Amino acid sequence: MEAELDALDGNAVGGLLFDVYGVEMTAATATCASCGDARALAEAVVYLQAPGTVLRCRHCGSVLLVVVERAGVACVDGRGVAVLT
Amino acid sequence: MAGTAVRGRLSWQLGTVVELVDETPNARSIVLDLPDWTGHRPGQHVDVRLTADDGYRAQRSYSIASAPEDDHLVLTVERLPDGEVSPYLAGELVPGDMLELRGPIGGYFVWDAGTGGPVQMFAGGSGVVPFRAMLRHHAAVASTVPVRLLYSARRLGDVIYRDELTPSDEVDVRFTLTREWPDDWSGFRGRLDRALVEEVAWPVEDRPLVYICGPTGFVEAAAEAMVQLGHDPGRVKTERFGPSGG
Amino acid sequence: MSFVSRGFHGRPRREDVDPARIPPGQYVTADFPVLSAGPTPHTPLDRWTFQIDGEVDEPLSWSWSELQALPAETITVDIHCVTKWSKLGTSWRGVSIDTLLDGVDTTAEYVTATSDGGYTTNLPLEDVTGGKAWVAFEYGGEPLEPEHGGPARLLVPHLYFWKSAKWVRRLTLQLEDEPGFWESYGYHNYGDPWREQRYAGD
Repeated sequence: MEAELDALDGNAVGGLLFDVYGVEMTAATATCASCGDARALAEAVVYLQAPGTVLRCRHCGSVLLVVVERAGVACVDGRGVAVLT
Repeated sequence: MAGTAVRGRLSWQLGTVVELVDETPNARSIVLDLPDWTGHRPGQHVDVRLTADDGYRAQRSYSIASAPEDDHLVLTVERLPDGEVSPYLAGELVPGDMLELRGPIGGYFVWDAGTGGPVQMFAGGSGVVPFRAMLRHHAAVASTVPVRLLYSARRLGDVIYRDELTPSDEVDVRFTLTREWPDDWSGFRGRLDRALVEEVAWPVEDRPLVYICGPTGFVEAAAEAMVQLGHDPGRVKTERFGPSGG
Repeated sequence: MSFVSRGFHGRPRREDVDPARIPPGQYVTADFPVLSAGPTPHTPLDRWTFQIDGEVDEPLSWSWSELQALPAETITVDIHCVTKWSKLGTSWRGVSIDTLLDGVDTTAEYVTATSDGGYTTNLPLEDVTGGKAWVAFEYGGEPLEPEHGGPARLLVPHLYFWKSAKWVRRLTLQLEDEPGFWESYGYHNYGDPWREQRYAGD
């Protein structure tokens, strides 16, 4: 997938992922539920600034995780990840 | 999941600006006194949060420029022309001001002497910041791990930490300037490409740990070149800073 | 209150506005932030089409030149993003959804807008008809830039701007309401800025 030249990677949301999971997550390996590509969350393509934070698979562009913050609480939807280790 | 890690909270803490250092016309280092700081690993970053008096907030991540052995936490911020946070940090902030931040954050793009080597670093523009932390740590513990750094910047005047980035027995530093260079420039010229990578990087058989940090385009080019040369993608770690830089 | 950063003001604001024009919890910006959930698509105009399908007798389709040949309107509206910025008096040019649905019979009560890149959003059909919605291809008198949704985006200014799907390619008329991208991640199904309907349950 051709990544946006302006898109950051999962390193940029290390703090947000810590809020959500309670532990350091950028080194965790995420397997994309869509294409099976497995790599560190640090390498996901990240879109900030939206109504939520979107992490996409660097290989196929499918959504891995979406984090939405509501009233100070960050909630994650991880349906795009088949396995997270 | 990382089952043995302890669940915790990443708390916001306040630090005081003790000094500002103009590294280049566009980059400024902020030296902070942080009473609640518990230490960090080279390569980690902090999230900085600014709050306006009407409650509006903006937050950005900045790599830690100081080594864990240094007296103060240092951040180096490049002022982006249309930025919301960087013009404040690299322009408005003065010694005595307080800054709210949380960290350290990151477990992927980290290196300390125990991680091993040899190490290959590629820095594009302000992407050199986490490498400063790594190299200061390397020196502080007298590490014998061999390191090669290739630093790409637009012009000599944009090179951050120029006086600090001196080669030593274990650390080799090379520069490439992409837009302008002095007539007597003995370093490399032009953007990083496969030929330059092949010339400066550790050979494949040395199995280096590779760290690449900078704007997305730079990171993609360096990572692609290393993989094409035969380096193991599993030994290449990347951190993308966004559009600016060398 | 908690800590305040001395001298920090954030993005340029407009202060000289009638408060009655600002929905609750919003502030007025002077610039035009770019928010996205994915990469900017770049569909060449000679391959671009806009379609209306679903609960219709026959799907309809327009090429770029066919869309440009339809009667278009220039409108000036205020827009409100769920991330709290509002931009007043924005000028757009586009084809009204009423024009595109002219002559179309349907029992559908809902529409799903689908964009290049896979983004979707859902709305009641009555919220895109009656002069409330457009397929917009100009902003501020210039062709709509890709980062703001060009070549064409849906424009539904009376709802939070995530409903104004960038890079829109299709409207599917449906009997049942189906949550779109942000709606399925916890945002409000309808999204009225005047009732501050940001999240599900608001």
